[in-house]
Amino acid sequence: MKDYFYLIPIAFGLGLTALTAFMWSLKAGQYDDLDGAAERILHDETDAPIRTTQPGR
Amino acid sequence: MGCCGSGAELTAALPEARSSDEEVLLASRIVADGMRQTDLSVPTMHCGACVRTIEKALGGLAGVQSARANLSTKRVTVRWHFDDGPPPFVKTLSRAGFEAYLFDVKSDKEDGALSELIRALAVAGFASSNIMLLSVSIWSGAEADTRDLFHWLSMTIALPALAYSGRIFFRSGWRALRHGRTNMDVPISLGVLLAFGMSVYETVQHGPHAYFDASISLLFFLLIGRTLDYMMRERARLAVRSLVQLAARGAFVVQADGTQVYLPVEEILPGMSIMLGAGERVPVDATVSKGDSELDVAPVSGESVPLRATVGSTVRAGTLNLTGPLTLVATAKASNSFLAEMIRMMEAAEQGRSGYRRIADRAAALYAPVVHVAAFLTFIGWMVATGDLHNAITIAIAVLIITCPCALGLAVPIVQVMAAQRLFKNGIMVKDGSSIERLAEIDAVIFDKTGTLTSAAPRLVSAEHIDSASLSLAAALALHSRHPYSQALVEAAAGLTPSPVVFDDITEQAGFGLQAQSGATVYRLGKPSWALASPESIVGAASVALTQNGQWMTGFCFEDKLRTDAAVAVVKLKQSGLRVELVSGDRKEPVGLVAAALGVPYRSGVTPNEKVARIKALSAAGQKVFMVGDGLNDTPALGAAHASMAPASASDVGRCAADFVFLRQSLLAIPLAVSVAREARRLIRQNLALAVAYNVVAVPIAIMGLVTPLIAAVAMSGSSILVVANALRLKGGEGIAASAAPGTISAAAILEAAE
Repeated sequence: MKDYFYLIPIAFGLGLTALTAFMWSLKAGQYDDLDGAAERILHDETDAPIRTTQPGR
Repeated sequence: MGCCGSGAELTAALPEARSSDEEVLLASRIVADGMRQTDLSVPTMHCGACVRTIEKALGGLAGVQSARANLSTKRVTVRWHFDDGPPPFVKTLSRAGFEAYLFDVKSDKEDGALSELIRALAVAGFASSNIMLLSVSIWSGAEADTRDLFHWLSMTIALPALAYSGRIFFRSGWRALRHGRTNMDVPISLGVLLAFGMSVYETVQHGPHAYFDASISLLFFLLIGRTLDYMMRERARLAVRSLVQLAARGAFVVQADGTQVYLPVEEILPGMSIMLGAGERVPVDATVSKGDSELDVAPVSGESVPLRATVGSTVRAGTLNLTGPLTLVATAKASNSFLAEMIRMMEAAEQGRSGYRRIADRAAALYAPVVHVAAFLTFIGWMVATGDLHNAITIAIAVLIITCPCALGLAVPIVQVMAAQRLFKNGIMVKDGSSIERLAEIDAVIFDKTGTLTSAAPRLVSAEHIDSASLSLAAALALHSRHPYSQALVEAAAGLTPSPVVFDDITEQAGFGLQAQSGATVYRLGKPSWALASPESIVGAASVALTQNGQWMTGFCFEDKLRTDAAVAVVKLKQSGLRVELVSGDRKEPVGLVAAALGVPYRSGVTPNEKVARIKALSAAGQKVFMVGDGLNDTPALGAAHASMAPASASDVGRCAADFVFLRQSLLAIPLAVSVAREARRLIRQNLALAVAYNVVAVPIAIMGLVTPLIAAVAMSGSSILVVANALRLKGGEGIAASAAPGTISAAAILEAAE
């Protein structure tokens, strides 16, 4: 039994990674426009969210 | 003239009121040095191509740094450099085929709560799944030292999760306790904290039973309910706010040197001279000093026939200038104007309603003392029976854990979320769960007339009997006017062949009508006494006449157009045992006609104060009143009623005051809302009964000291799932058919947006 205890930190670490990833994606605004994101993949232009400041045109 | 000119002579030719540069500026905010951000609501955006068109059109404008469309919320965020005034956003979009409205960013400040809930939910979900995995091995009979290790691990995970996710409940529970009240969050917080505290003690003492899993999964379940509840309200709030803003944001004020500046409404002082173009709203109470026009006063007094405004007339804030430019002298500040007065009256009237206590709070007020007394008695009982302090405390805490109102906490919000979802699908926005509870209790419905039972626009009577050549001629003339009668004529002539007559010159005479020249012939469309050369030759009771060189051609009569399904809706409401009444600020004749058509009692010429008084009188007689109205004059009544509903076309304050807003034309929304609310009440009662039944079974087991962490986890999850499954039954049921009236297109689009 004790031989398998090393699995516990692994499971915990994986869960924590997923949680961090979710928190990051939430903060990065990835859930702000779910419908738009599905459509934007069809556009040809390079596309950046409005948060990142684009160089002036 | 630049951006500061009012251009009153130009606006007369424009079909819609302009969103002036100054208005754009007022609604924008500074995001960086010299950089401003404007949010636009574009309800007709519905596919990827629209997103691209909008972003390209706006991005191509000079000064625009970036434009980003959000398809889910149907909003566009534009960032622009403030060098030479705002770029023409609205005009550009309308050229691209989208109607756009300014969206005030400043009033959007409550965004933090939802993301806090979602983050708390994510943390609780992560913690409860990990602790549950450890617990399963303990339940399967782990050895003592393995169990201890797992308890320590569980505690390490549970402590930060409890602190992070639990604070939402602790905060609300503490606030209630401090004010000497109790709500559902008090027993929840107490149960969770005690369960955690006892588990820590057990862990330190190497005891066999720890309830970390129960306390964290309880938080997880409750947070799901709370997050759904919040999302429902947020969605309704957004959809309602995206509707067109009707109030004036500002106005052109003439300064001493004759130049005009655009000032926000709050900065307009009495004595200032205001230029008001046709199609604009009166910003503050004022008197007319120059000009001649007609005002649409429907939102203010409920009268459907426009009022004439000439030099010396008093005009009230919120009315719409229809036909000609006016110069006004402000007589009151915005904070003393009609609009502000209505808001004050509404707030005063709402005081009565704040006495309403939510079902969940009432249940908690009963539940919490019973549970706490039961736990205390258990402690006393075991102390007397065995004298073992540790054992008695453990069992008493187990009672608190098992009765921790997980199912009870979900019983009400989950049903309300389902009910709101169903109403939403039928174009009805719900402000919060308590309005669904209140709507289920009503026994009388009071309708406003103009704009609620009737569409704001009048309808041409017996259009089929009118000679089609004269009708299309009249419509061709009417195209040049904003007057509701003119618009009704244009609508009635929509399918006819256009008139062959070509006009050389068309002028509108405010208060009288339109005059047009075609070669040597003079056509007039307007008041019969003005249009005819000799007033004696008036034929019948027509309110508008079309004449050729002073000779009678045709007369037109108009009536209020009942909203779609008004009659059916009233019958349905009566069938469900409700008293229906019509209370309007309009004159007796039009109100009487509508009331007779619907077969309901009526009151006419009612002031806003009298509307509130009528509702108070009914409430004093024990009746719970549901108010349906749209105008500014209905706002206090909307606040005073037990529950209230407004159409999407209502004034801004009206929409904000009402508990429900319906976006579609059909009045069937009202009986539907009532029946959904009543069904929700039935399910809430069932759910509360289920939660009580669960306690009746579980509490004796806990009092006998037979509860283990496994039993607690199974019992609590089981009862929560049962309650949620019961609530899901509300999801079924057919929706009302969407009536595709032209005016509802944008509303329907907003609806899709939010879905």
